[in-house]
Amino acid sequence: MSGLEDLYREIILDHYRSPRNRGQLESPPAHRTEGFNPLCGDEVVVYLQLADDGTVDDIRIDGQGCSISQSSASMMSAAVKGKTVDEVRALTSTFKAMMSIHEHEIGGDGTESGAGDGDDGAPADASGELPLGDLEALRGVVKFPVRIKCATLSWNTLSQALDEHAAAS
Amino acid sequence: MSTDPANGTSDAESPSIDIGAIRKDFPILDQQQDGKRLVFLDSAGSSQRPRQVIEAMNELYYHDYANVHRGVYQLAERATSRYEQARHTVARFVNAASPDEIVFTKNATEALNLVAGSWGRANLGDGDAIVLSLLEHHANIVPWHMLAAEKGFEIRWIPITGDGQLDLTDLDRLLDGAKLCGVTAMSNVTGALTDLDHVVASAKAAGALVAVDACQSVPHLPTDLQAMGADFVAFSGHKMLGPSGIGVLWGRRELLDAMPPFLGGGGMILNVTTDGFVPDGVPAKFEAGTPPIAEAVGLAAAVEYLEGVGMEAIRRHEVELTAYALRKLTDDLGDALTIHGPAEPAARGGVLSIALEDVHAHDVSQILDTDAVCIRPGHHCAKPLMKELGVPATARASFYLYNDVDDVDALSSALVKARDFFAL
Repeated sequence: MSGLEDLYREIILDHYRSPRNRGQLESPPAHRTEGFNPLCGDEVVVYLQLADDGTVDDIRIDGQGCSISQSSASMMSAAVKGKTVDEVRALTSTFKAMMSIHEHEIGGDGTESGAGDGDDGAPADASGELPLGDLEALRGVVKFPVRIKCATLSWNTLSQALDEHAAAS
Repeated sequence: MSTDPANGTSDAESPSIDIGAIRKDFPILDQQQDGKRLVFLDSAGSSQRPRQVIEAMNELYYHDYANVHRGVYQLAERATSRYEQARHTVARFVNAASPDEIVFTKNATEALNLVAGSWGRANLGDGDAIVLSLLEHHANIVPWHMLAAEKGFEIRWIPITGDGQLDLTDLDRLLDGAKLCGVTAMSNVTGALTDLDHVVASAKAAGALVAVDACQSVPHLPTDLQAMGADFVAFSGHKMLGPSGIGVLWGRRELLDAMPPFLGGGGMILNVTTDGFVPDGVPAKFEAGTPPIAEAVGLAAAVEYLEGVGMEAIRRHEVELTAYALRKLTDDLGDALTIHGPAEPAARGGVLSIALEDVHAHDVSQILDTDAVCIRPGHHCAKPLMKELGVPATARASFYLYNDVDDVDALSSALVKARDFFAL
């Protein structure tokens, strides 16, 4: 199966079959941001509702995509709810660092064709990286470089939503 | 494999092709992946090439290579001769009226950009209209979008039927006042073959030119450009056993003569002064810079290989294999499977766009890879069509002369495995 179990961990399939925080929020007041994976045509829509104190009050995920992009979005939505914007950015950095390719991690004659996707490895929080929890299950994706963009699609879209929100306020 | 009288392929006048012998010519197919026989089903994306093509290119590089149309030394003469001979070979293969109507480009995308950027830029403006179809590849959409943004002409769309064929019912109304109709000869997603006789007749009656994206048809069907009656036809080398890096634009001579150059540079001029330039005649006018020399020689070798097997025989083989695949996949997967495109094998090419229940095409393709089955997931550079089909992506298996029933059987059992893996 050449590492297929590494890619499709049970928790990934669980989130794919039963996605969390699936749906839409009224926008406005929620911020709505679309993300596209030009490679496969996948689309994700992130609805982000921030509270006055800067925490994620609510989040919904819409769109369509493969098991990796859908489960990553589902796990992301569960992980960021109730977190502050700074914590969300730190978690995003930690996740994308995990998704960046290093030869020693994938072993053999692995290429670095996906390099550049994880451009911001350092966590924003100096006290240390945030625990990834369930998201650790996506670590196996780096062995399948072409799928990395599937895993990071929702995170890039969330980052864009935070940037747009910051620019607007 | 027996022919099925019901699928319109029962007439077996010419001999069928010898798959065993053909596969021996394709070294890349003779490999294993994780102990399994490689099953290559992505020829609609890019075909493999026989050793005859690889060796023809190597021979040129070993013995006959120099830049073309420049040096007077014998080596340059030989290279020029090989390059121009390739133009003759391609012209013969598609029955062009003259080799001068064959323009070598980087790929079919560049060929279609040439039509838009040269003919389109000179002939389309505010108030004009062109007609494209919802089956088009982005290569026959985006160049026109780019030009329309600049020139302000209208783009009208030929719709599709429920089974992924062009719906030509309203074609005459769409063509009314249009200057060009751009259509694919065969969809790279649904495999549907376009009724070009109908399109060309309607376009001529409306006074519109016809630009055909023939990337999927020229490699798989006999092509007679003079009988087709279109005005521009584009196809690519790498989908017809040739190398990547070369495409072909065929254009009607009088149109090419009247068109301005596309790219400027060396090789496409008669004279250059500090005040301006005088372009050369066709086809040199459209071949600025050092052309794909070895690629042209490789393409000619590919054409000779296809001619040796016979395009009629290749077409019949692919219709039979497609008919077998439609039956086999339906038998093995039943309602779990949707195959976009015409149900009638004779109405389509060997391209099967598959939807497997709710399993995303990327996941299907990933599971198939564990059985060394190479198919292509994605939108296939046809996003307007994907929107029309109501899917983000399909899993596409495509056949060529080197595929056989064993490949179809491997595809089917791998799809069963994918269905079971993702069973909800």
